[in-house]
Amino acid sequence: MGEAIVITSGKGGVGKTTTTANIGTALAAMGKKVVVIDGDTGLRNLDVLMGLENRIVYTLVDVIENRCRLKQAMIKDKRFNNLYLLPTAQTRDKNDIKAEDMLNLVNELKEEFDYVLIDCPAGIEQGFENAVIGADRAIIVVNPEVTSVRDADRVIGKLDAKGIEDHQLLINRLNIDMAKKGEMLNIEDINDILSIKLLGVVPDDRNITISTNKGEPIVLDEKAVSGQAFKNIAKRITGEQVPLMNLEGEGGGLLNAFKKLFKIGG
Amino acid sequence: MNLLKLFGGNRSSKDVAKDRLRLILINDRSSLSPQVLESIRREILEVISKYVEIDSSEVEIALTKTDAEEGNLPALVANIPIRKAKER
Repeated sequence: MGEAIVITSGKGGVGKTTTTANIGTALAAMGKKVVVIDGDTGLRNLDVLMGLENRIVYTLVDVIENRCRLKQAMIKDKRFNNLYLLPTAQTRDKNDIKAEDMLNLVNELKEEFDYVLIDCPAGIEQGFENAVIGADRAIIVVNPEVTSVRDADRVIGKLDAKGIEDHQLLINRLNIDMAKKGEMLNIEDINDILSIKLLGVVPDDRNITISTNKGEPIVLDEKAVSGQAFKNIAKRITGEQVPLMNLEGEGGGLLNAFKKLFKIGG
Repeated sequence: MNLLKLFGGNRSSKDVAKDRLRLILINDRSSLSPQVLESIRREILEVISKYVEIDSSEVEIALTKTDAEEGNLPALVANIPIRKAKER
């Protein structure tokens, strides 16, 4: 029996889909059997980030409405044959899916996969309800910005109310330079305010845009720091203890100062 | 009053962000709706107006937090400038 993890945030544009694609790919690279589900009906994008947009025939809406079997809607990844995408429909909307149907779908997938990752849409309406209903735990993606932290707090409250108390924070797009200069909320600030367990920190990285252009998750790029951060996060998800990643580049006195300031992260 | 300090002259913008966030979350997390706050405001003003003359446009009533020593509990803080006491 696998585990279902929802990747959520409240606010849009903070990197939920990028996180889902990368953690999914990293877990698959570790040999886990993984399925990533696009929860953003009507505005799907997980297929694009994984470079699988040309392979979609059926979607999870077709499965729910009995037009195909679950196996027929699942798309095998280009690189890993233990990684699958379950896309959603682009021409339907979130209210076309009932939470109960999503719950059944996720439970069925948990039978076969080690990890079922659900990419939650922005907002706290029906799409959110559908994405969280089958989840055993949640990853809350937050950017070091007032708006994003505020929305994350709201989502954490919602998850608590639903009994999903196993939730961890992923700080995405941390600009190390700006944080150092006091121009951006740092890891400690966000921890103070949200006080939930930190799963990891992904530094702001221009390579993400390039990887999105190509439809190749950044974890496939051995040199990218953000890719390494996502790989560390995937390891932590499996229960491995992974220490702080060096967010400052090799060497340098500032690195140590940074490490002292934030004993967690990466 | 040191205006510079008040508006973040010496503080980094992330400290301003953190303080703003704290206040925003106190409001988000409290069950007091803006409607309820408005009712509280109106009724407090009614009572105070009986005894003193106040400038209702200058009145501020907002949720804030108490000091850390007191446990950062939400607090209702009212700032009501008095023009003059009414003659009784």
